[in-house]
Amino acid sequence: MFIGIAPYPSFHGSRLRNTQGKVAELRQELSSGGKKDKNYSAKKIALKKIVANMTMSNNDMVALFPDVIGCMNLPSLEIKKMCFLFLVNYSRMKPEVALKALPILVDDMGDDNPLVRALALRTISYVHVREFVEATFQPVKRLMQDNDPYVRKTAAFCVAKLYEHDKKMVENSDLIDRLNRMLKDENPTVVSSVLASLVDIWGRSESISLTIDYVSASKLVSILADCSEWGQTYILEALMAYVPQDSAEALLLAERVAPRLSHSNSAVVLTSCRVILYLMNYIPGEKHITSLCKKLSPPLVTLLSKPPEVQYLALRNAILILQKRPEVLRNDIRVFFCNYNDPIYVKVTKLELMFMLTTKENIPIVLAELREYATEIDVHFVRKAVRAIGKLAIKIESAAKQCIETLLELVDAKIPYIVQEATVVIRNIFRKYPNQYESIISHVIRNIDDLDEPEAKAAVIWIIGQYADRIDNSDGLLQDYLATFHDETVEVQLALLTATVKLFIQRPTKGQKLVPQVLKWCTEETDDPDLRDRGYMYWRLLSTDPATAKQVVMGQKPPITAESEKLDPRTLEELCLNVGTLATVYLKPIHQVFRAARPRRLLPSPALQRSHIDDGTGNMLEYNPPSANMAAASTSNSGLATIITTGDPVTPMYNGPPPPLPVGPGTNPATTGPSNMNEAADAADAYFSGIGSQQMASLDLDGAGGGGAPQTQYVVTQNQQQGYQPQLAGGAATGELLLL
Amino acid sequence: MLSGILIFNQKGENLIFRAFRSDCRPRLADIFRIQVISNPQVRSPILTLGSTTFSHVKHENIYLVAVTKSNANAALVFEFLYRLVMLGKSYFGKLDEEAVKNNFVLIYELLDEILDFGYPQNTDPDTLKMYITTEGVKSAITNNPTDSSRITQQATGAISWRRSDIKYRKNEAFVDVIEDVNLLMSATGTVLRADVNGQIVMRAYLSGTPECKFGLNDRLLLDTGETSSNMNNPGGGNGLNTSKTTRAAAGSVTLEDCQFHQCVKLGRFDADRIISFVPPDGEFELMRYRATENVNLPFKVHPIVREIGTTKVEYSVAIKANYSSKLFATNVVIRIPTPLNTAKTTERTSQGRAKYEPEQNNIVWKIARFSGQSEYVLNAEATLTTMTHQKAWSRPPLSLSFSLLMFTSSGLLVRYLKVFEKNNYSSVKWVRYMTRAGSYEIRYVFYLSAGVMAFVANSNRFV
Repeated sequence: MFIGIAPYPSFHGSRLRNTQGKVAELRQELSSGGKKDKNYSAKKIALKKIVANMTMSNNDMVALFPDVIGCMNLPSLEIKKMCFLFLVNYSRMKPEVALKALPILVDDMGDDNPLVRALALRTISYVHVREFVEATFQPVKRLMQDNDPYVRKTAAFCVAKLYEHDKKMVENSDLIDRLNRMLKDENPTVVSSVLASLVDIWGRSESISLTIDYVSASKLVSILADCSEWGQTYILEALMAYVPQDSAEALLLAERVAPRLSHSNSAVVLTSCRVILYLMNYIPGEKHITSLCKKLSPPLVTLLSKPPEVQYLALRNAILILQKRPEVLRNDIRVFFCNYNDPIYVKVTKLELMFMLTTKENIPIVLAELREYATEIDVHFVRKAVRAIGKLAIKIESAAKQCIETLLELVDAKIPYIVQEATVVIRNIFRKYPNQYESIISHVIRNIDDLDEPEAKAAVIWIIGQYADRIDNSDGLLQDYLATFHDETVEVQLALLTATVKLFIQRPTKGQKLVPQVLKWCTEETDDPDLRDRGYMYWRLLSTDPATAKQVVMGQKPPITAESEKLDPRTLEELCLNVGTLATVYLKPIHQVFRAARPRRLLPSPALQRSHIDDGTGNMLEYNPPSANMAAASTSNSGLATIITTGDPVTPMYNGPPPPLPVGPGTNPATTGPSNMNEAADAADAYFSGIGSQQMASLDLDGAGGGGAPQTQYVVTQNQQQGYQPQLAGGAATGELLLL
Repeated sequence: MLSGILIFNQKGENLIFRAFRSDCRPRLADIFRIQVISNPQVRSPILTLGSTTFSHVKHENIYLVAVTKSNANAALVFEFLYRLVMLGKSYFGKLDEEAVKNNFVLIYELLDEILDFGYPQNTDPDTLKMYITTEGVKSAITNNPTDSSRITQQATGAISWRRSDIKYRKNEAFVDVIEDVNLLMSATGTVLRADVNGQIVMRAYLSGTPECKFGLNDRLLLDTGETSSNMNNPGGGNGLNTSKTTRAAAGSVTLEDCQFHQCVKLGRFDADRIISFVPPDGEFELMRYRATENVNLPFKVHPIVREIGTTKVEYSVAIKANYSSKLFATNVVIRIPTPLNTAKTTERTSQGRAKYEPEQNNIVWKIARFSGQSEYVLNAEATLTTMTHQKAWSRPPLSLSFSLLMFTSSGLLVRYLKVFEKNNYSSVKWVRYMTRAGSYEIRYVFYLSAGVMAFVANSNRFV
């Protein structure tokens, strides 16, 4: 092959001259050859050059439109295909010229050769020009009943294309009815194409519903084996429209779909997982569920030997499926250990799964593995590993000591980002296990000079304040930080304020010099409303009744619970109905990422098993709705009470909306303070630090994102996906960016 | 489904742009170039901007990109992109920038055929090559309606992967069992992970429409006493189960999971674990499997790494072949990581050659032929330069590559391959076994003999 490639245009002026010359040249070549050229080889070569230049040199080739249409009717399929490609590419820019090709296409749809009929139909329906769309309606009805299955499957997709061009026109015609009738076709490929077309139309319509009864579903499953891998995927996707009315039917269908899990195409595997997980909602009885769950595990693990992108997808879905069906993947955590050469997105996801799968029994090998990761180069990954160790200490109480020892070993290596990350998680360990591990305070304080990130500074300041009476030079340490008070972020300033007050309460002589100064800064020299309000509150508290102040500030707080990134049941349910789709990579409510996506819900039926969804509500608090959605958040009923008990100072991953302030002891059954006063104090403290944490977190987004991928306005949980940029996900900015 | 397929070179020039829906605008090419190719921060293969998602894979020196709107089936998107790579290789031998630039028209023609409205259609290279051809092979038949019907029947039929008119004078089938053995060994010498990813590649040169039956020493098939409930639970990753161990020793293998080529009747396998299929013509991957029990590790490696002060690192690496002395491995390569500030190295080996590769930060020890049961040793020393900035060295694990014929780490054996065809011809079958290193990694303890890494506190606080 010898195709001339235009050198990539570098300057506009010369390009213009070049392309004008080239267009003229190509035009001449296209009309050359004449009668002598029996095989039109000259024309073919010219057309090939034109096609090659179509993408590479922008739209300059559009000038050749009439000449190309002139070649369209030559008796060569090769030439025809090239001309059609040109037509599809440029018809929108020059609809009036494109119209000249319409009669040729209409003619070709009646050709004797099925490949030509299908090609013409496929091409005409790509052209987004009204006349073309209108001219397709009659022929497509005929071709839907063509005696060639290849033409029929093309016609099936054509209806979905027409629907994209003009919804109304299709809805007002009988095309969708005809498409439905094609489900009876004897050719499995045609049936799968019809289903793909119907599901596509359903996805873009508010008025059309898609339902499949058991008999049809059963028939669809029986033709699965005769379809191509892609056809199988379309059928499996369509099966999601079947709502089982009877548990036995659901079970039978799930078992018949299960063999597909051994397909080599991961789309078939993951879509089968989706169908089986969906059907499980309608199947009662532990035994069946366990047996189905066991079938799901091996294929998910096998996908880890696929290319990294597919591995990533499998892992993200494993995170999802594990939340819904913890029985899945109960085998061996070691298959999720990172290979040294895994891409970073695979490693980070494996780390998340490892965290989820760690138990009392396997924690020793997990810790050894995490420790290994903490010596790698990628900072992001190392931090995640360190954080995971800290979180495991909170998740698995019996292993807390081991985790802490591992953390301290890492801290001793004195790598700054490891020290910072470790400081934050150790602070949380103190909060989880008060009065157990304070002996390591001195170890942590030793590295105080290495901390330069706000989150780590705030963490160590919290430790200093909380344990001011055990740290000999706590006042000195605080004083060091106070020297730069005005240069710190609000997150750090709030921590300093609280810590100074705590110091004063515990060691009045040492704190009495510092407190007035800090209170003065916070109330008079800051713009930040939270800092100012909290400053005034402490001031008044201390000046009114020091004894009460002590009770309020230093009172017992309930320990924090294991941080976990469980999705709320609604989102979980929705995502499980979308296993294998892009949304499972983001693990977010689908409408937040894909606003146009048609929502999917579990539809009620006599067979629907509800129990497992109720199980999830206990964990509802773990879901952190974006702050923008505060109204929605406050409706998540059972979550509120629990947030108050757990959401006290800053858990690093938590920046949900502040919990409402309980008006009296009665409203907050979960709090177990010794007295009313104490209880209210706890609640108040929780409330204020809740606000503080949110404030800091939002600031953190501005400050800590330095150099990294753009931060999101959403909660940064472990499930956060790197490349997703929600500030572009909605709103006008996107529209401008992507709409031409 | 897919809105468009784009191909870029490494510089970000858009080589192929094919839209399948009107929402795939030309400007998206610029957005991908700016947001992904020229953005070193991007680490994910999936990027969603507004309503548009770019999913990409990198192959050779090109980016293959799928544009989707809304919540598409991501598995399908990536499988398709990889299928496109495979088709490119099948058509051009190699899919890189040059191949794309030399075959614009064919690629557009293929894309038009294998995607309709963004939905993947038949992607079997055998069928496609009947009517979409490079210039070398003329496609005269496509202008004839009867021949075309044959193609369309084939493309939409139940056995879309095989033509019916195949004839060979000599009917032969070659079966290659290729195992990639993965190992992750901890610094203390315990096996953290050992498993096998196997693939069975077949080259079938068989006439007509042959029905093949394929038998392995699959424990679930051989062990007739097993109940169906056990079938649902292949293994469990528990190597301590003694009854399993003895059974495996008796010559059967537990396959954790299998995945099959399109042509295998999955229903049949699910019901009675019989692998039955009509093969495509020529080479194809019949199945993939995974085994995690009783993995035979061909090599044992014992590294000792000692840091002498801040200027020297000493290595002593012993490697022993753990297979029968009748076999030998070829192309054994051991990569021994060296610190980033290595200035020079000296190596001594009892077999093979060792060389320092500064660009990889490795000492590479190559042994062309490694007989079973033999043991070799390398002693090396790396001299380090002193650096003002101690660059972080992540101490990558030591890694191995090799290939070993007539050996399967899982113990898998092909018991039979039967071919049934209506003409009842006799056929010759060949089986070959090979084990390669997948990710064969050994971690090591880094002994500090003297001296501690200097650390400069980066405190900028004044007291």
